[in-house]
Amino acid sequence: MTDIYLDNNATTKVDPAVVDVMIPYFLEQYGNPSSIHKFADGVARGLKQARQQVQALIGCEHDSEIIFTSCGTESNSTAILSAIKAQPNKKEIITTVVEHPAILTLCDYLEKEGYTIHRLPVDKAGRLNLESYKKLLSDQVAIVSVMWANNETGTIFPVAEMAEMANAAGVMFHTDAVQAVGKIPMMLQDTKIDMLSLSGHKLHAPKGIGVLYLRRGTRYRPLLRGGHQERGRRAGTENSASIVGLGKACELALEYIEYENTKVKAMRDRLEQGITEQIGHCFVTGDMYNRLPNTTDIAFEYIEGESILMLLNKVGIAASSGSACTSGSLEPSHVMRAMDIPYTAAHGTIRFSFSRYNTMAEVEKVIEAMPGIVATLRKLSPYWEGDGPVANPEQAFAPTYS
Amino acid sequence: MWDYSDKVKEHFFNPKNAGAVVDANATGEVGSISCGDALRLTLKVEDESEVILEAGFQTFGCGSAIASSSVLTEIIKGMTLDEALKVTNQDIADQLEGLPPEKMHCSVMGREALQAAIANYRGEEWKDDHEEGALICKCFAIDAVMIEEMVWANKLRTVEDVTNFTKAGGGCAACHEDIEAILEKVLAEKGEKFDPTAAPVEAPAKIAAVKAPMTNLQRIKRIEEVLESLRPALMADGGDVELVEVIGNTAYVNMTGACNGCQMAAMTIAGIQQRLMEVMGEFIKVVPASEMAKLVNIEVA
Repeated sequence: MTDIYLDNNATTKVDPAVVDVMIPYFLEQYGNPSSIHKFADGVARGLKQARQQVQALIGCEHDSEIIFTSCGTESNSTAILSAIKAQPNKKEIITTVVEHPAILTLCDYLEKEGYTIHRLPVDKAGRLNLESYKKLLSDQVAIVSVMWANNETGTIFPVAEMAEMANAAGVMFHTDAVQAVGKIPMMLQDTKIDMLSLSGHKLHAPKGIGVLYLRRGTRYRPLLRGGHQERGRRAGTENSASIVGLGKACELALEYIEYENTKVKAMRDRLEQGITEQIGHCFVTGDMYNRLPNTTDIAFEYIEGESILMLLNKVGIAASSGSACTSGSLEPSHVMRAMDIPYTAAHGTIRFSFSRYNTMAEVEKVIEAMPGIVATLRKLSPYWEGDGPVANPEQAFAPTYS
Repeated sequence: MWDYSDKVKEHFFNPKNAGAVVDANATGEVGSISCGDALRLTLKVEDESEVILEAGFQTFGCGSAIASSSVLTEIIKGMTLDEALKVTNQDIADQLEGLPPEKMHCSVMGREALQAAIANYRGEEWKDDHEEGALICKCFAIDAVMIEEMVWANKLRTVEDVTNFTKAGGGCAACHEDIEAILEKVLAEKGEKFDPTAAPVEAPAKIAAVKAPMTNLQRIKRIEEVLESLRPALMADGGDVELVEVIGNTAYVNMTGACNGCQMAAMTIAGIQQRLMEVMGEFIKVVPASEMAKLVNIEVA
């Protein structure tokens, strides 16, 4: 059996068509885009085309609103640090408890520097309360940063609506959209979103390339100064091969966006149904009715995620987990904790994330493999007896903390 | 993914003695569900001889937790309870051909389950006394709780102090920002301010002042006496210590037995150092003898 890759929210395979357009920029057009000779004369054109391809995918008004960066994390840091540098009198930031560490860790750091960070909580389905958000908006807030879609559960946040609310209060709005771009249609020019981060390797472009969308007229301070590249907004010699690759990947993503929301979604739905029908004591986390089409996150109760992944890996299936052990931390995923998922389930969450390369035949193989894996581990679990959990699991097994 | 040894994989994919022993007369339950690892160990002990006839485990946890549980049951079957009590977490890790630093706590959990089960058999109450924090120093497997305790106990002020007392930060140095954050936090709790340029911590001056200077031979003898007095406690945990050399105010020691390579060795060394400083009334640095080899090599080169 060939290996099955269902970890596309972690990273994706580079599309062969993307590799093809990149190669000339390593071997022929390798000149510095700033140079005046034939090794560089095609590069500027390549970059311009890439900018337009990104523009088309996210639907922004001008191609000059696209700033190429090295990754999603750089885009996120640039956006938030720019907003606070440009508005030194505003000392508050609004974000959510379920953001990616690229936002949360930076906010923790800024908190130490004296900023007040408002982290919006989520309910059990991972949804925000817009009423409490509205109350926090004030002229003290430098920036709101809310992810478009959650990387673990796929839950989509109403960023367009939240950007309108921020704009009405005169507050800048940034969204970390690395999971959303290419999976759901967007038209930024119709929104009040000021800044957006995207990452190449989540949509079949290579690692090491990202974009910060910056709405024309948004007050901005660069993170990297030193050169005229990106109109002085992000210094450093352009990663021309990867930029051209990202452009191609965006063009393909736009072509496949319907496929993503029909065929890919159908595979995800079939997997979810196949697993939850066959296996007891498991449930889907997040907002089932408002999710990315490619993501499902299933909590298998009374067993631990890393063990599940190791058994999956053994049969050639790649996925990921929100358990503490997979990351070496002492807590399960902050997203699961934020949704108040009990520990006995949070450690057993498995995320399956699809791409257009997956097939329905693969889905059936995973559905076939999962029940045996879960049963094997439940047989070892102190919370399990025979065909079901022990009565009153929390009381039946209450270990001494060690 | 973790770099697990073949032995860990073997015990994970084909665990030995999984499930509860049917007519068990000893049970130990340890772990923490919030951290994602918990273990129930059941034993059948022959009353007359106190030999462990059967051992079974039920584990909620990751690959290395299941492997540690499995190998533990293999190690202790056929042992008497007294023999089993000498099994250390390092024995478990060694049998598994090593564990990643982030996963050493799985072997500690195995040992504690064993202690808890034996206490249960003997009608004693078992209490766990160690608390585990987030892993800070990956080179020497030192966690935040340990660093905090040492900062409190020894009035540490700088990253260098923390490295001297716990070894944390003495390797790749990537964790220095985290150590500074701990120092900032603890010092703030004490009403002090973290100053990265503060002078290193010295031995308490008042003790040092009353002692007359010793000859080198006297010092070495005294150091040996102190180590001798600490050995029984170490041996109870299956470890031992021997003095190799004293150069200036640095005592080079060999940590042997279970202490060798144990993640708690740094803590133990720091404890020995503290005791030596108290008795000797001067600043003594205790360093593993392996460090001396490096020193000698440098001098030769």
